[in-house]
Amino acid sequence: MTNHWVDIKNADLIFVMGGNPAEAHPCGFKWAIEAKKNRKAKLVVVDPRFNRTASVADFYAPVRPGSDIAFLGGVINYLLTNDKIHHDYVKAYTNASFLINEGFTFDDGIFAGYNEEKRSYDKATWSYQMGADGFVKVDETLQDPRCAFQMLKAHYARYTPDVVQQVCGTPKEAFLKVCEYIAETAAPNKTMTNLYALGWTEHSVGSQNIRCMAIIQLLLGNMGMAGGGINALRGHANVQGITDFALYAQNLPGYLAVPTDAEPDLKTFLDKKTPKLLRPGQMNFGQNLSKWYVSLHKAWWGDAANKDNGFAYDFMPKLGGASDVLSIFDQMYQGKINGFLCQGFNPLASVANKKKVGDALARLKYMVVMDPLATDTSEFWKPHGEFNDVKPEEIKTEVFRLPATLFAETTGSFTNSGRVIQWRWKAADGPGDAKDDTEILANLFLKLKEMYAKDGGAYSEPIQKLTWAYRIPTKPSPEELMMEFNGKALADVLDPKDPTKVLVKAGEQLPSFAMLRDDGSTTCGNWIYCGVWSQAGNNSARRDNSDPSGLGQTLNWGFAWPVNRRILYNRASADLSGKPWDPKRTVLKWLGDKWGGNDIPDMRPDAAPDQNVMPFIMTGEGVGRLFSLGLMAEGPFPEHYEPFESPLDTNPMHPKNPKARANPAARVYKGDMEAFGTAKDFPYVATTYRLTEHFHYWTKQSKINAIMQPEQFVEIGEELAKEKGIAVGDKVKIRSNRGFIKGVAVVTKRIKALDVDGKKVHTIGIPIHYGFKGATKPGFITNTLTPFVGDANTQTPEYKAFLVNIEKA
Amino acid sequence: MNMNRRQFFKVCSAGLSGSSIALMGFSPTAAQAEVRTFKLARATETRNICPYCSVSCGVLIYSTGDKSKNTPAEIIHIEGDPDNPVNRGTLCPKGAGLRDMVQSANRLKWPEVREAGSNEWKKISWMEALDRIAKHMKADRDANFMAQNKDGVTVNRWTSTALLASSAAPNEAGYLTVKMARALGMTSIDTQARI
Repeated sequence: MTNHWVDIKNADLIFVMGGNPAEAHPCGFKWAIEAKKNRKAKLVVVDPRFNRTASVADFYAPVRPGSDIAFLGGVINYLLTNDKIHHDYVKAYTNASFLINEGFTFDDGIFAGYNEEKRSYDKATWSYQMGADGFVKVDETLQDPRCAFQMLKAHYARYTPDVVQQVCGTPKEAFLKVCEYIAETAAPNKTMTNLYALGWTEHSVGSQNIRCMAIIQLLLGNMGMAGGGINALRGHANVQGITDFALYAQNLPGYLAVPTDAEPDLKTFLDKKTPKLLRPGQMNFGQNLSKWYVSLHKAWWGDAANKDNGFAYDFMPKLGGASDVLSIFDQMYQGKINGFLCQGFNPLASVANKKKVGDALARLKYMVVMDPLATDTSEFWKPHGEFNDVKPEEIKTEVFRLPATLFAETTGSFTNSGRVIQWRWKAADGPGDAKDDTEILANLFLKLKEMYAKDGGAYSEPIQKLTWAYRIPTKPSPEELMMEFNGKALADVLDPKDPTKVLVKAGEQLPSFAMLRDDGSTTCGNWIYCGVWSQAGNNSARRDNSDPSGLGQTLNWGFAWPVNRRILYNRASADLSGKPWDPKRTVLKWLGDKWGGNDIPDMRPDAAPDQNVMPFIMTGEGVGRLFSLGLMAEGPFPEHYEPFESPLDTNPMHPKNPKARANPAARVYKGDMEAFGTAKDFPYVATTYRLTEHFHYWTKQSKINAIMQPEQFVEIGEELAKEKGIAVGDKVKIRSNRGFIKGVAVVTKRIKALDVDGKKVHTIGIPIHYGFKGATKPGFITNTLTPFVGDANTQTPEYKAFLVNIEKA
Repeated sequence: MNMNRRQFFKVCSAGLSGSSIALMGFSPTAAQAEVRTFKLARATETRNICPYCSVSCGVLIYSTGDKSKNTPAEIIHIEGDPDNPVNRGTLCPKGAGLRDMVQSANRLKWPEVREAGSNEWKKISWMEALDRIAKHMKADRDANFMAQNKDGVTVNRWTSTALLASSAAPNEAGYLTVKMARALGMTSIDTQARI
């Protein structure tokens, strides 16, 4: 979330698409209701189903699964054609006036630089025109046909209301009504908040769905405003924190770039990864990368990381290629991975194409499950009737299952979707011999360390030198760990403006990442969390919920990253002179000598408005990007592509170009392309979803949840039910080209057939929560059906739009 | 039956201050009918967070015992934390059922192994489990660790054992996990957050 849960109450319009918070995030959704009640805010929902959020909305419009970019592209076109944009904001705070490389082209669905064989782009021309002064050329009149604004206009001119109806199946009148609601928030003092969840991310074009909204919110001037922003309603209670700590391959904690084979030494790495200043006078905050990166190495390897060895640059493994959940299971499937540590994760149920995942696990030599519960994954080798039809004698994987503790049995912090870090306390011990994850991992690590010390083996210096100054080495405490990742001064930190002044004394906890240094004098395990445990103590445990702002900022409750800032880009909530666009909802204002207001400034505190330091401080340009340069895999402007399994044979936007049917830059592995089905055999669109009574594949283990929603059902519309002779309560079988599941038919008015490109398209809704382990009725795993292909940027699988057939079981 | 103040405290257990009882809104006389409240008044209250969705609602966990050394606590009730600015005491149908998750019949209680080709679990000790796992890891790492790539660039990576990390673990566990995994040279790492 760029904003936070309580801030939703400040919106004038709550636009929900790609999410269903009334069902999936009920206690956060209450703030949408508060906005409706107290501000007369409107709630607009666009979704394939008339869902629970839609049932309390002011307006609902249906959309075909996987056609969101066509819809949102239509909104962009509407705003530009009807001149419903926040002009001053767009001109000053976005790259609208920036000139784009003359070589950049777009031709029938494909951008410049495409390599069909590699399914990827050479992005050299996805760039700005540079002036002789070393900065980007701009045209402040926004008239140059190569400026981002004009190119945006030209790109989306094709997305007319008629095209939206043709591609999305949304009736034109409904689409235009949604546009009218959105357009009202172009007024400087009106804001729209956008709430989205997996309904946008779980597509082969997921990231570009969100990019569309970024463009819309920039055009409307809603970024940085109270009641504005782009708000991802995320999954688990600490999914935000675990993402921040980079428990994945392509980043290090705090979203730092990870070294690859192309950066053999620290200098090359920093030169390549540090963003360049693109416009004069901007903060380009990313220029501090060296301080964050060196401080991470100091936190991990202490004295062994020093100036002479590039701060132990070689201790950090270099990433050799893709390494996300799909690529990991594909490599496992090919026999290239022998061991698998599975921590609180149930991939047999939660990863696409259950058969492929199960076959991959069967090729392992060893697997270690650390979990509080007996998961489906831990028993992938065990026959559970037709739900898990396997032969244990043929599966040679040695499986260990280690009991871990649950939330109530550990102390430590969770970071919510609004980036607020909150401390939690342990209430009781776990059952039996259960141990905390930290204790399990520490024991394992210390054992390995001892074995390497005794017996030698592959390069073990990073293991032997890893800092481990915990009072009880086998049980690092949460307090010790938080203090460590916050970071401290190893030597006095001096004021760069006046080196006689000591800012932080040696040995003290650091108050903010502004104190980090790249000379080895500071440590920090995650720069964006710096300040969470300062000399003042554990700031995440603060519990003062007073709110003098009236906006719900509660600056003394917990600690938000970065530096306790609650609304990102908040400098953009004020005009160029520093006056708030809406004084009734002041987030930030210029006080004459510094920035102040109701939040921590997302700006150098003393940057006077006439210095023209722009609000998007993490970019080298200082402004928000309508044109996203080379940052996205499939293009600088989002374009509609069909889902990999689509009811349409061609992309209606590019009917004559088969290369542009589905995302041209999405990665598809050998065997997976062949496993896609076609509309001939699988005529219905399927989309998976969640129920308010269940959480993923977890609560099926809990009795009360099992009583409330005991078994798998499948939701179909009345028209399809009639066509297929299916009645409420009938047992039905759903097949995709990868397998089948069975469930109870629920026939509703909530999913209606849509008229798409001259064809009637039915959608089937499938809840995900069931499996063969748990307190719920044993059943099939929904991901038996889903395709093994992901978003071209994030590799999040396409769970939300694929093809199936349905029959009475 | 009339109770005086002293008898009242004796009945509803020691350790609570008079002011907190008053805050809970009942006096000794009215309290005689409040059987459920009595149970919670005797319990220890711990502040925690619902582990399900990312609203991360504040919860109050009530357990028996007073957290004295060597007195095992049992969780008897979980409800929303009214102080938490986001959920203000509310919980959804999932959060309201948290006690059943803590007490799930499928909680794991001891380490187990399923041997290659076997059809059953076998209970083992922590020592045996960690010993066997560490041996597997070291053997795989030693056999497959890549110190340099084919161009001679130092890469120091171990790709043949993968790690999928939990999004329900606290930040501190996540931090220790990534620190340890990277020190071992692991790059086949991912998290639930992606899906």
